Amino acid sequence: MTARLPDTLPITRGCPYAPPDEHRRLQQEAPISRVTLPSGMTVWALTRHEDIRTMLTDPRFSSDRRNPNFPLLLEGQRLNTDFVPSLIGMDPPEHGPARREVVGEFTVKRMAALRPRIQEIVDEHIDAMLAGPRPTDLVKALSLPVPSLVICELLGVPYDDHDFFQARSSLLLSRTASPEERKRAVDELREYLGELILAKERVPADDLLSRRLAKSDDHEELKSLAFLLLVAGHETTANMISLGTMTFLERPEDIRTIHEDPSRTLPAVEELLRYFTIAEIATSRVAVDDTEIGGVPIRAGEGVVALSNTANRDPETFDRPDELDLERGARNHLAFGFGAHQCLGQNLARMELQIVFDTLFRRIPGLRPAVPLDTLPFKDDANVYGIHEFPVTW
Amino acid sequence: MRIVANTDVCVGAGQCVLTDSAVFDQDDDGTVAVLIENPEGQRLDGAREAVTLCPSRALSLVED
Repeated sequence: MTARLPDTLPITRGCPYAPPDEHRRLQQEAPISRVTLPSGMTVWALTRHEDIRTMLTDPRFSSDRRNPNFPLLLEGQRLNTDFVPSLIGMDPPEHGPARREVVGEFTVKRMAALRPRIQEIVDEHIDAMLAGPRPTDLVKALSLPVPSLVICELLGVPYDDHDFFQARSSLLLSRTASPEERKRAVDELREYLGELILAKERVPADDLLSRRLAKSDDHEELKSLAFLLLVAGHETTANMISLGTMTFLERPEDIRTIHEDPSRTLPAVEELLRYFTIAEIATSRVAVDDTEIGGVPIRAGEGVVALSNTANRDPETFDRPDELDLERGARNHLAFGFGAHQCLGQNLARMELQIVFDTLFRRIPGLRPAVPLDTLPFKDDANVYGIHEFPVTW
Repeated sequence: MRIVANTDVCVGAGQCVLTDSAVFDQDDDGTVAVLIENPEGQRLDGAREAVTLCPSRALSLVED
């Protein structure tokens, strides 16, 4: 089964949102196989749901991005940065205590307490849409500013600086930026966050950065954490808002369903997460000990990429996997990853999406795409899938 | 069936609380707290789902 279908990853999505046919073929014919990444590295690709869950809970697979064998999609992606490893790059025994220091900020209860403020933010942005010109770009009017403002308030980052950090974080997620551009973006963000943390130390406020500073004076660790939360915290949810809105607009009966029974919105969000699986890149690992997955031996030093988008359409796990069924109610998807690194902000993302879909179609019942959906610019050039620009009118 | 939670490996993802907040809770640092140790009926079905969903495999159901 090894090396039977050598392939080059990533391959952009077809259709436009289904996993590439080549990945499907791997799943059917060689679910655990050697593939070559655009960086030139040869790694294992996992395509089955259960294999990926096994790998992501096996401590013999490391998240340490400093390991020279850690899978890199692109050449020059390993940045020569001064950031110390953030949560996503840590292994046991460091990872558990470090995650515990911050995960309390993201509990289901803490997120529920943020609900009124998030609702207010969503309403304000919809007010502005309604008062503004038509058509408008949903990405700029709603998808990006809502999660961006929410993570800024939670962290304590001034939202007025959003042009600065949004430009740099979207460059970091792009597959077309040069290593020099990426390096400059990281350095500038690091300097910005360093100054912000010094300012918080002088004048603490009611935010995550100030609360962390009250317990630890390790500015390096805090810079890495702030960088991770800021970059991961807005672009991902923004893309799901755009893709989810597009999907609902194609399915007016589903808009009616969640309008009549809002308890159906959360299961719908869950299915949209499965169906689009926008962030596949976060689930790469490197074996640090000899092991095996699904009967295939994997040696210490070999890299592994998990094709979660394909695995979230695994017919062994999901009935009618290619059908978008907003009442499916399956929560065992890998859109937030799996294992000890599963998305820290997942419950924030769920709530933001739920509030946006509940509010947007209620307040703008005539919302519709202003261009044919098949002409939308999808993010085939980015490491997190989404839509660059989505003109809508009403 | 009794729910056993390994708080040492819990990563506070909150999937269990999302499944049934009457059975599972999180303490201030996000760690799982079991509110109903021996769930029955629908609550037991929810607990089984939470065991499957738990990303760090911190939860299990054992026969007493």
